[in-house]
Amino acid sequence: MKQLIKANLIPVGIIILFGILTPVFESALDAYVQTIFIYCLINVVLSVSLNLVNGFTGQFSIGHAGFMAVGAYASAYVTMTYPSYLGGVMGAGGAEGILLQIQFFINVLLGGFVAAFAGWAVGLPSLKLKGDYLAIVTLGFGEIIRVILLNTEAVGGARGMYGIPKIANFFWVSSWAFICILVVWRLVRSTHGRGFLSVREDEIAAESVGINTTQFKTKAFVISSFFAGIAGGLFAHYLAYLNPSSFTFMKSFDVVVMVVLGGMGSITGSVISAVIITVLPEALRPLQELTQIDFRMVIYSLALVVLMLTRPQGLMGTKEISDYLKFFKKRGSSNV
Amino acid sequence: MEEFVQHFINGISLGSIYALIAIGYTMVYGILQLINFAHSDVYMIGAFTGYYFGNYISRLGWVTLPSWSAFFFTLACAMLVCGFLGFMIERFAYRPLRKAPKLNILITAIGISLFLEYTGQIVFGADPKVFPNLLNDVELFSSESGNVRISSFDIVILTVSVSLVVILNFIIFKTKLGKAMRATSFNDTWAALMGIPVDRIISYTFVIGSALAAAGGILVGIKYPKIEPLMGVMIGLKAFVAAVLGGIGNLTGAVIGALIMGLAEQFVVGYGSSTYRDALAFGILIVILLFKPAGLLGKFGVEKV
Repeated sequence: MKQLIKANLIPVGIIILFGILTPVFESALDAYVQTIFIYCLINVVLSVSLNLVNGFTGQFSIGHAGFMAVGAYASAYVTMTYPSYLGGVMGAGGAEGILLQIQFFINVLLGGFVAAFAGWAVGLPSLKLKGDYLAIVTLGFGEIIRVILLNTEAVGGARGMYGIPKIANFFWVSSWAFICILVVWRLVRSTHGRGFLSVREDEIAAESVGINTTQFKTKAFVISSFFAGIAGGLFAHYLAYLNPSSFTFMKSFDVVVMVVLGGMGSITGSVISAVIITVLPEALRPLQELTQIDFRMVIYSLALVVLMLTRPQGLMGTKEISDYLKFFKKRGSSNV
Repeated sequence: MEEFVQHFINGISLGSIYALIAIGYTMVYGILQLINFAHSDVYMIGAFTGYYFGNYISRLGWVTLPSWSAFFFTLACAMLVCGFLGFMIERFAYRPLRKAPKLNILITAIGISLFLEYTGQIVFGADPKVFPNLLNDVELFSSESGNVRISSFDIVILTVSVSLVVILNFIIFKTKLGKAMRATSFNDTWAALMGIPVDRIISYTFVIGSALAAAGGILVGIKYPKIEPLMGVMIGLKAFVAAVLGGIGNLTGAVIGALIMGLAEQFVVGYGSSTYRDALAFGILIVILLFKPAGLLGKFGVEKV
């Protein structure tokens, strides 16, 4: 127990720090920068979680947007249908704001669990497939989830879902991004994590030393879907509007691109490339205003191709930031 | 019953277009094990080449629209342009990555696909264009109640696709080039040891596949004359699903899969809800992959250490 507290003291401290920083963040930055910042963090959650499947476990999923959609819609639906169930249970006594925040936390968590369940349901049959076939199936499931949402009137269908309360703020988004990074970071360094890595390195060898590869793949898939769902919930409660067209396979591609660009199997790389890919289109906006032509996506796609040609292992390869910092190296952080 | 016949005709017509595109996917996959996401955009470029070339030659007064010569000129031009485009894509985007991990090549393919789409939106404009009227649509057959119609477009689409597939089959199974392609697809290292110029064979594969996609683009253009830079996305995915359905890497499989896809789609749209037509493609795909992962005609190799 003592050890548990000790191990989690710094993370909890960091999350409290995020809470303290939130008012500063909201007052110091203008709304545009804030929005980009929040999207960066949401994309960090997406890319780091997908890295667990694509990078560390070596599987090949391109349906991440589908799970994001599940989480987004599930949490937004609960928020919309039961606007203040905690207030009803505990009786509002001035603490309504706090209760709403707690409720938001629960709803996002719920969205994550629903997405994790979806991930399990998708992963269990499809993870028997390998390589490209798995990629196609995940792509297919992602699209099917979107089409189902498009045809479900209870969540607005093609019109989308309006009027979701905008509760997600810097604190929630950064905390979740931090938790996601922490979980994946610690997971791949644990006994289980070695299992994931062994599946990536050589599936047959892993099987022959007694690792249930399908089970490990499913585990990675479920955890990754869970965080995709969390990202979806945050997205829904920040944008305050949901539409199935936000979750097309282009969104999934975006996340895959983040993972590959950052380096498969590098959490630091995923974080960096998530930030780059979110910021780059915005940074190129002045160019668009100058020329009156929307070059941004052309530059983005060209940059992608050039980067793949010149640096196939991604920005970071499999290295982490700690590998560059001597301080951490001395304490025995191993190379994954 | 009449309705059924009509859906069947539409399905075959649509399926044969899917087949032309699916063949490109399946050939590239068979030889490189790469899902060539840029293929659907090559098809889009094919349609736009047809649009500009068709308008251009009629303005120059070389041919009058609609006429057969205009149609064949445009078809040939689009196939040439896209063949060249396919060659360039392979040469400058995929060949340098021959030894790289698969995911990298896939990302490059996605990058090329995005590049073509967004460049298309800038160069051609994002608004839909009306494809030039290359051929007259004549009603060849109409039942008494008027529920079953066969138009000349359906026949043209079917004839052109069938003849292209026959030519392709001849190339693959009867010529030296085809033999080299099959050898490369079987095992590229061994093929190279036998003196087959693997890189050149892969280039040929891309040229042929892209030319067929262009033909698909022209045929779609005459049948559904609204073309736009993002037209390839959905049809590309469906053609790809068709290729997987038939067993990716297998030519006959791609054609059969495409016909099944076309028919299934028309029947779902005809009898069910058209909003589910995109989900249907993937539904079929998932069922096939879960129960027969190699597709209808594909062979599933046992992995050896």
